[in-house]
Amino acid sequence: MEIMQIVGLGIVAAVLAVTIRHNKPEMAMLLSIATGIILFMLVLGKIGSVIDVLRDLASRANLNMVYLGTILKIVAIAYIADFGAQICRDAGEGAVASKIEFAAKVLILVLAVPIMIAVLQSLLKLVP
Amino acid sequence: MGYDINLIFKIIGIGILVGVAHYVLKNSGKEDYAVIATLGGLGIVLIWVVQLLGGFFDQVRSVFKLF
Repeated sequence: MEIMQIVGLGIVAAVLAVTIRHNKPEMAMLLSIATGIILFMLVLGKIGSVIDVLRDLASRANLNMVYLGTILKIVAIAYIADFGAQICRDAGEGAVASKIEFAAKVLILVLAVPIMIAVLQSLLKLVP
Repeated sequence: MGYDINLIFKIIGIGILVGVAHYVLKNSGKEDYAVIATLGGLGIVLIWVVQLLGGFFDQVRSVFKLF
């Protein structure tokens, strides 16, 4: 039951952050960053096993591994960008958070272009 | 839990310590030292957090098998 550890850690960190936010808001922000990273790392192992299963399924279905790699890259970009944007938004920097999200969208678009090209090519193959 | 929960308590400890030091130094009329104490504490904690963040990015990279 990892969820008990995660909820306990989150509540303890939230109480500590509220305690210190009053006179040291920057320390509270760093505390919330550290808490977020530790929580994320706790869950990352589980994500890894799910990804291994996905990889196994893809190789069993004779899928092109390039596409799966692109999708995993997109998922990783989305997770990390969301993490950073939420931290910036918590610290009151909504503009920076919006820029982070914009950059993530652009990077995802760049990664998705080869897949779109492949879809278009297979469409062109279908149309005589 | 494999990861250092102690980091959270270290951060909060430095935060409280720096807060008290800031208060004491400010009340004894040494405002510039108070600012330096705040900046020093912030730098120490920032180094820890940046190291943690680097490890986190490495781990994400290895889990998602990027690059």
